[in-house]
Amino acid sequence: MKYLEEFRDPDLAQRLLDDIRRTVTKPWAIMEVCGGQTHSIIRNGIDQLLPAKVELIHGPGCPVCVTPLEIIDKALAIAAQPGVIFCSFGDMLRVPGSDKDLFRVKSEGGDVRIVYSPLDALQLARKNPDRQVVFFGIGFETTAPANAMAVAQAKRLGLDNFSMLVSHVLVPPAIEAILTSPSNRVQSFLAAGHVCSVMGTWQYAPLVERFHTPIVVTGFEPLDVLEGIRRAVHQLEAGDARLENAYERAVTFEGNVPAQKLLSEVFEVTDRTWRGIGTIPQSGWKLRPEYAQFDAENRFDVSGIHTQESPLCHSGEVLQGLLKPNQCPAFGRQCTPQTPLGATMVSSEGACAAYYRYGRAAINLTESARA
Amino acid sequence: MPSDNATPLDITGWTCPVPLRNHPNIIMGHGGGGKLSAELVEHLFMPAFSNPVLTNLGDAAELSLNGARLAFSTDTFTVRPLVFPGGNIGELAVNGTVNDIAMSGATPLFLSTGFILEEGMDLSLLGAIAQSMGEAAAAAGVSIVAGDTKVVDKGHGDGVYINTAGIGLIPEGVNISPQRARPGDVVIISGTIGDHGIAIMSMRAGLEFDTVIQSDSAALNGLVAALLEVTRDIHVLRDPTRGGLASTLNEIAQASGVGIAFDERKLPVTEPVRSACELLGLDPLYVANEGKLAAIVPPESAEEILAAMHAHPLGRNAAIIGSVTAENPGVVTARTGIGATRLVDMQVGEQLPRIC
Repeated sequence: MKYLEEFRDPDLAQRLLDDIRRTVTKPWAIMEVCGGQTHSIIRNGIDQLLPAKVELIHGPGCPVCVTPLEIIDKALAIAAQPGVIFCSFGDMLRVPGSDKDLFRVKSEGGDVRIVYSPLDALQLARKNPDRQVVFFGIGFETTAPANAMAVAQAKRLGLDNFSMLVSHVLVPPAIEAILTSPSNRVQSFLAAGHVCSVMGTWQYAPLVERFHTPIVVTGFEPLDVLEGIRRAVHQLEAGDARLENAYERAVTFEGNVPAQKLLSEVFEVTDRTWRGIGTIPQSGWKLRPEYAQFDAENRFDVSGIHTQESPLCHSGEVLQGLLKPNQCPAFGRQCTPQTPLGATMVSSEGACAAYYRYGRAAINLTESARA
Repeated sequence: MPSDNATPLDITGWTCPVPLRNHPNIIMGHGGGGKLSAELVEHLFMPAFSNPVLTNLGDAAELSLNGARLAFSTDTFTVRPLVFPGGNIGELAVNGTVNDIAMSGATPLFLSTGFILEEGMDLSLLGAIAQSMGEAAAAAGVSIVAGDTKVVDKGHGDGVYINTAGIGLIPEGVNISPQRARPGDVVIISGTIGDHGIAIMSMRAGLEFDTVIQSDSAALNGLVAALLEVTRDIHVLRDPTRGGLASTLNEIAQASGVGIAFDERKLPVTEPVRSACELLGLDPLYVANEGKLAAIVPPESAEEILAAMHAHPLGRNAAIIGSVTAENPGVVTARTGIGATRLVDMQVGEQLPRIC
C-alpha cells in the first residue's frame, strides 16, 4: 500500500530520530492528544526509540475512554429494553458499566449490533419500522459529522423510530483544562490530525497564544508522529510557541466547512463529564432543541440513572498525564483488557490497553538487549 | 536498539488467568479463539473431562492403539455467510478437521460429519454444500464414513451448522506437538495471513465491501507430507485459524515455555488484506486463516523446509518470520517496521474494529 508504506519507512524514521536526538538538550513533556496517536506510538514502539529527555504523555483523546460511566449505564439500560435495536461502534461493547457491559446485555437477549457508521443504524431503522433503533453517538469532532448527518437525515425522512444517545466531546476545551490544571506538566501538544481535518487548525491559535505552548497538528503513521515530535522539540528548544501543521496532506486552516456547518446545525455546545477527569465546561456537543425528538435520553426514561466511577481506577490521572498506565496499582492485576476497571484499558486506543498489549515485556526486552 | 527510557514494568506479581466466574453467561468472545476461549476450556471443560490425552491441548489428540499412533480431532462450523468468496461452510468443515489432524503430522484418513439443519433451509443449497464437502474430501484423500442430521425450529440456527471429526495415522518417527519448540528453532509461515477472515468480513452486514480477497480454505495434509519428506524432525505445526497467527504463536510459546520473536516486516500479507485491515482498524496478526500453517523447525533444516514449501502450491508465499528464544518464556514479541520491539499478546475476545 504505497500511500501508507511511505509513512512507515525505517530509514526516514531513523533520520527524524537522529534530528530529535541532535536537537534535544533539556527534558520535555509532550502530550499526544489523540488515542489513535497513542496506539501508533505504542504499536510501533516509537517511545522506545526516543531519547530519554523526550517524554510522551498520553492524552485524553480516546473517545471510548472518556465516555462517562453514567452514559454507559444509560446505554446498557436502553439496550436491554425489548423492541430496541441498540447500535454501536465495536469498541464500546466491552466498556464496563457499573455491573455489566454491552456484550453481557447481548448475551442476556438484548439486540446489540456492531455497526461501522451511524448511517447503517439509520438504514436499520428504515428496515425495521416496528423497532426502536438507537445509535450510541460518541466520539470527538472526527466522528461527529456522520452522526450529525444521521440525525439530520432521520429528521428529513420523518423517522420516529431512530434516536441517538449522544456523548460527544471536543478537543480544544480539554487542552485548555489540562493547561489550566495546577498539576499540569505538559509543555507542548501534538494536536489530533483527524479532528483538525474536520475542524481546521484555526481553533488552536488562541490556545498557543494564551498559554505560550507549541501545538503541532500531527498525523498517525510513524513518520507523521515522529515529525510532529521533531517540530515540537525544535520549538521547545528555541523557546518558540507557534501553531504548526505537520499533517498538511489531510488538514487545512479552515477545515471541512460543510461538515462544520452541519455540526452547528444539529449540535450545540454543552458542559460534559469526561470519564476519569470530571466535568469540563463547554467541552461537548448535545443535540439542539430542534432535534430533541431524536435524543435517546428523551425517548427512553433514563433520567434516574446516576453513577459514580470505580475508586480503584486511576484513569483520570492517566488521561491527564499525571500517571503512566503501568504506575497504576491496579494495572495488570485487577485491571486487564479482560477485566477492565476503566475504559482506558478497554479501547485499543486507550493508553492502558496499549501499554498492556504492546509493552508488557518491555523490561525483559530492554534487559536482554543490554545483556 | 531500545533506548534507556523504555518504561520498566514489573510483571512479577501478575496473576493469570482471570477466573471464568467473571462471565456468568457465554458471550461471543468465548468462541473467538483467544483468551476467553482458552479459559473456557481450562476452567470448565478440562476439569470435567480431565485425562492425560486431553491435557496435551494440541489441535488433535494423539492415541496409541495396538501399536499404531492415531491422531483424532473434531471441529464445528457456524460460519456466516454459508457461501463466501473462495469457499463455503462444507468445504471449510472438511478442510478444518483435515488440517487439525495434519498438524500432528498424521495422514488424515476418515471423517464423520453431523449436520444441525434449520427448518426452512434451502435443499439445493444444502445439496451444493454436501457436494463440495465430497469434493474437498476427495481432494484431501479422506473418506466421510459416518454422519448424522438433526433439524431445529426455524429461528434456532443459521441454516446449517456442521460438525466434523476425523482420524489419521501418525507416521513412525514423527513427533510434532505444541510443546516441542526449542530455543534456536526457526518460525516459518506457509503463506499470506488474514485472507479468510477478511473474505468473511467483506460479506458481513454493514461492511459489504467489494473485494478480490478470497478465503484461503485448503487442506494442508499434502503440504505437511511434503515437509515430512524433507525431515521427520519438525517440532511444531499449527494452523492459525480463529485468533490468527498472534494467538497461535502465543499458544506455542506458552506450551513450550519459550519466547518467540518475529519481524513484522517479514510477515506475508497481501495488499488487499493489508488495506482492509487498515480501513477497519484490525491487525492481520489476529485475523483467521483456513489454509495456512506455522511451522517451528530446527535451524539446520529451515532453508530446506522453506524450499519445500515454495515448491508446493499451498506454500508459494512461505516466509521465515522469526525464531524461538530462551528469553521471555511464554511471550511473543515483534520487531516493528521502524525497528522497535513490541509485545504481541493473545487476543482477548473478538477483535473489535476501532472507532477512528
